[in-house]
Amino acid sequence: MPRGHHDVGGLPGAGSIDQTDHQLSDWEVLADAVNQALGARGIKRTDEMRRAREEMDSAAYREMTYYERWIASIEAILIEKNILTKEEIDRKLTEFESKWGEP
Amino acid sequence: MSEGHDAGQTPQDHGHEHPKHELSHYAKRIYAIRDLLIEKGVITDKDIQCQIEYQEARSPANGANLVARAWVDPAFKARLIDDPKAACAEMGIDATSINEFVVLENTEKVRHMVVCTLCSCYPRPILGRPPDWYKSFNYRQRAVNDPRGVMREFGLVPPDDVEVRIHDSTADIRYLVLPLRPKGTEGLNETALAKLVTRDSMIGVMDPLSAVPPRS
Amino acid sequence: MNLRAGKYRAGDRVTVKLEDRPGHIRTPWYVRGKSGWIERVYGEFLNPESLAYGRDGLPRRTLYLVAFNHADIWGKSVGAKDKVLVDIYEHWLDPAA
Repeated sequence: MPRGHHDVGGLPGAGSIDQTDHQLSDWEVLADAVNQALGARGIKRTDEMRRAREEMDSAAYREMTYYERWIASIEAILIEKNILTKEEIDRKLTEFESKWGEP
Repeated sequence: MSEGHDAGQTPQDHGHEHPKHELSHYAKRIYAIRDLLIEKGVITDKDIQCQIEYQEARSPANGANLVARAWVDPAFKARLIDDPKAACAEMGIDATSINEFVVLENTEKVRHMVVCTLCSCYPRPILGRPPDWYKSFNYRQRAVNDPRGVMREFGLVPPDDVEVRIHDSTADIRYLVLPLRPKGTEGLNETALAKLVTRDSMIGVMDPLSAVPPRS
Repeated sequence: MNLRAGKYRAGDRVTVKLEDRPGHIRTPWYVRGKSGWIERVYGEFLNPESLAYGRDGLPRRTLYLVAFNHADIWGKSVGAKDKVLVDIYEHWLDPAA
């Protein structure tokens, strides 16, 4: 089994540390809160979320931002536990997108 | 669904940041997921509110207060190192959600640094959310094989005969660095000392501020 | 912390197993096959390798703080005394030869 894409300690090619910090967007605050709320209700464990991120597509793992990875793993675990389906998330999102509209 | 909330309440359809239709794929999906979870009674809007408030209440100030107390009170420092969760409780800091908590004391001869190479674990109940750089691939990759290079970027250059100890927090233990009290601070009280204790000094990539901040 | 005795004590020299098993593993690649010593015994914890799949995490595994000389992992070190310390579960450790 190859080294996991999350197992990055000591990998070569790392550059300097970008020390700028960004204020969290609304969606990031929400992702954080939904994650914690699911944990507090005993719906999922942090270990399951980590495992879901390890199972992601490796290219996506490197390209996505931190909270995007959290959302992807929240979705994966909720689907795995038969709490939500991909189809109903897609449907709900389509409803929202028609409300949010385009300029 | 509710509309028109003030800042600080559950983020709803403010749209004053990015218009929602401009958000990325997963950024959009969390709104759908949130609504579905509430509709199905898996979590409540109040659950989400509570988590947001809990997180807002946590910041590096908690850690700075612990450190400042430890600097002025040797008995408290001993208690902080021996049983960090109890020491937090003494100061009204809620560390109950940390499974285990270890305080790493810097000395003249030892500097500690903390990373989570596998995913970015961080003592959130004490320090709040981690900075972006702590979660970055560059930090996760380099902290373990080039800790001195990372420290140098933050302005810290320990002599070669100082022992640098880099901790990779791979399990349930959460680490807090207890930085060395800067020289020349004997006259400062706890409140003033706490202002010298930066978040980054409690991760270990830099020392605390010196007593007299340099004039810019 | 639950300090029921595990297999190793502080000071024991250990080698991290050079294994490549599938699943959710919290032993980083860079220490596999490397030798160091037990710095602290943290006691017993539920096993994340099991928890990650919705199982109960039992039996608990003893967790150790394992210290390595920096040069023993990376081949060289700027500071001769520099160390790398990792939290590792007992089932990933063998006594060092």
